[in-house]
Amino acid sequence: MQVTLKILRYNPEKDARPHWESYRLEAEPMDRVLDLLHQVKWEKDGTLAFRKSCGHGICGSDAMMINGVNRLACKTLVKDLGTDVITVEPIRGLPVEKDLVVDMEPFFEAYRAVKPWLINDEPPPERERLQSPEERAVFDEGTKCILCAACTTSCPVFWVNGTYLGPSAIVQAHRFIFDSRDKGAHERFPALGSTGGVWRCRTAYNCTEACPREIPVTQLIEEVKRAIMFGQM
Amino acid sequence: MAHQHDVLVIGAGGAGLTAALYAAHRGADVGVISKLYPTRSHTGAAQGGIGAALGNVEEDHWEWHMYDTVKGGDYLTDQDAAEVFAREVIDAVIELEHMGLPFDRLPNGKIAQRRFGGHTKEWGKAPVHRAAHAADRTGHMILQTLYQQSVKRGITFYNEFHVLDVIFNEEGRAIGVVALEFATGELHTFQAKAIVIASGGFGRLFKVTSNAFTLTGDVQAILYRKGWIPLEDMEFYQFHPTGLYRLGILVTEGARGEGGILRNAQGERFMERYAPTIKDLAPRDMVSRAMYLEIKEGRGCGPNKDYICLDLTHLDPEIIEKKLPDIAEFSRTYLGVDPLKEPIPVVPTAHYAMGGIPTTLDGAVIKDGQGTEIPGLFAAGEAACVSLHGANRLGTNSLGDLVVFGRRAGLAAARFAQANTFVDLPPDATGPARELIEGLKGNTGGESPFAIRKDLQETMMENASVFRTEELLEKQVGILKDLFERYKKVTIEDKGDRYNADLVEAIELGFLLDNAEALVHSAKNRKESRGAHAREDYPERDDENWLKHTLVYREAPGKVRFDYKPVVITKFEPKPRVY
Repeated sequence: MQVTLKILRYNPEKDARPHWESYRLEAEPMDRVLDLLHQVKWEKDGTLAFRKSCGHGICGSDAMMINGVNRLACKTLVKDLGTDVITVEPIRGLPVEKDLVVDMEPFFEAYRAVKPWLINDEPPPERERLQSPEERAVFDEGTKCILCAACTTSCPVFWVNGTYLGPSAIVQAHRFIFDSRDKGAHERFPALGSTGGVWRCRTAYNCTEACPREIPVTQLIEEVKRAIMFGQM
Repeated sequence: MAHQHDVLVIGAGGAGLTAALYAAHRGADVGVISKLYPTRSHTGAAQGGIGAALGNVEEDHWEWHMYDTVKGGDYLTDQDAAEVFAREVIDAVIELEHMGLPFDRLPNGKIAQRRFGGHTKEWGKAPVHRAAHAADRTGHMILQTLYQQSVKRGITFYNEFHVLDVIFNEEGRAIGVVALEFATGELHTFQAKAIVIASGGFGRLFKVTSNAFTLTGDVQAILYRKGWIPLEDMEFYQFHPTGLYRLGILVTEGARGEGGILRNAQGERFMERYAPTIKDLAPRDMVSRAMYLEIKEGRGCGPNKDYICLDLTHLDPEIIEKKLPDIAEFSRTYLGVDPLKEPIPVVPTAHYAMGGIPTTLDGAVIKDGQGTEIPGLFAAGEAACVSLHGANRLGTNSLGDLVVFGRRAGLAAARFAQANTFVDLPPDATGPARELIEGLKGNTGGESPFAIRKDLQETMMENASVFRTEELLEKQVGILKDLFERYKKVTIEDKGDRYNADLVEAIELGFLLDNAEALVHSAKNRKESRGAHAREDYPERDDENWLKHTLVYREAPGKVRFDYKPVVITKFEPKPRVY
């Protein structure tokens, strides 16, 4: 089948502002959008810039806005879009560096702010710390996060408020707060309970819909809110 | 820009991050260069588990793990490495748990373990539950956990920097690195007392691969180009039996560990014929060959009889959804196949380099068959060859390798840094890297890097993959010669500085070609079949002549020289390998 791929291009070395460019491509229904981007890059215009690595939805490199929705280019098939006109633009709310490449630093700054590591100063036992399957299940969803930023950059609050941590960082915090081995909830509170923290969330559910790992992001944010309200942290 | 670190780590996957953490723990100032953001590293794609004789589910011993590793490696494994590994990986797994890794749990709260190919109890009697796992995203959890710890420790990262050169002084000590910053196109110099290479493999040599686009053997090639640093056992390249049909995306061996069965077009469980004792859980080289033969003999599945069926339909759906959720999703997303209802079409996929940069047990890079160390240079993980995996790596042993030998390399690098001072880099350290870039940007020969890479990947798949012959390898030597000629005329469109992926991919293609040369010549040279190196013209293992490691040196482009290194044998005398 023939498809039209429209890409929002921007090269600060020569463009004053972003502009759309269209490419007519031969595609298979089972092709990934990433395959189409490669077709452009390798056969039509070598200057196109985008990130990619694993190509199957595990590394989190290629989040972009495809037909108006944040998704991974490597996990979105042509057939799933239900149209032969495909638009691709960079994820929103982060500075565009070139074409589909954005500056990820603000995203990782929010990640670091929630102290995304196990906090437990007790000397560990000789063998593993014990944890029941039920305790392990409580924080399972958050462990799936691949830090692709699809959720955070779909969030209307994040777009307009530069201090909001964003959904992804809160998912990371949830993963530790609800881990029975972690003792650091109070250390994370300053970031999560501040004006840039969880209370900025307006439950728009964009993040949940954007997550390529099907993490119930909004629900996890609500659980962190409850944990703060009921003094669990 | 110029930077300086006591210990400089190249690569931020499992081995690199482990090395960085342990070097920092020993007081070294550590910098880590990654061509990606660290959490994008390919360790994150590992699925099934990390093998360690914890004995949480059933009786297990490190000696059994060592034996399985040696036998799995078709006796080319250095047994001192296997012993160190099988002992230390137990502590390493416990330590990962202490760092916060969310392993799946048994009802008693201990780490859960599953069966995996080639891992057995009582010296091969039956499969054993040895692979500690976190669903089918164990590698993802290891990578995340190690990165979390690195952030906690405040380790300095240089994200999206491409290493283009390693600098040595006149005495042959490694003293620094030159890297290209992707964001700006600027060349940076890094002065270091010790350098740890942990930059991963080169699966992108082959058309069908489980490897990320970024796995192009960069640092292997950089060292190999020097001429005096060899690569070890490059002929041993693993094809994982179960890659998604056409795409090569990995489907974990854990799927068979949980009870999945490989079937041919007749529905036959054909592995019963090839490995009567452990059947579908035979080592990967044997299963991949069996699948190739089934397809070759007309028993492949599908309209073109060109794939094998991985049948999970008899499993409890809960096992698939809870223990194998990602691979179920890959199958649904990319093939439209629901593994609860129908078998998954799979083919062998290029997966793992057993060979690489030769090292000692402490990760020190060596330059000859006598084990002469190169001062200041260390390597670990898939980029290295210690040689734990011998001629064929067992499933889960890559993740264990990363943490065990990443730790050893990090500690050894920190010790070296403590005992030595910085050496001034030569005034024009960036010269060769700048020439490389300017050469590629200035070329007008009209050869497309994409077309060369496609030809490379397709011909490597045809001539140097699961089965090999003198004739095919000789043919591939000729093809490579032609590809090197075309590469001289490679032309890129993007002449800019910022995020120039066109340039980077062309550079990576050059690295891939060098890895291909080392692999093909080593494969042509080794006239026997052992582990993943299967020669149809020399079908038997030949311990008398070939129980030794290959070291390949580049004398000139297209011209190589071989040296050999003895295999370390301690506990287990080579025996015929049957399962």
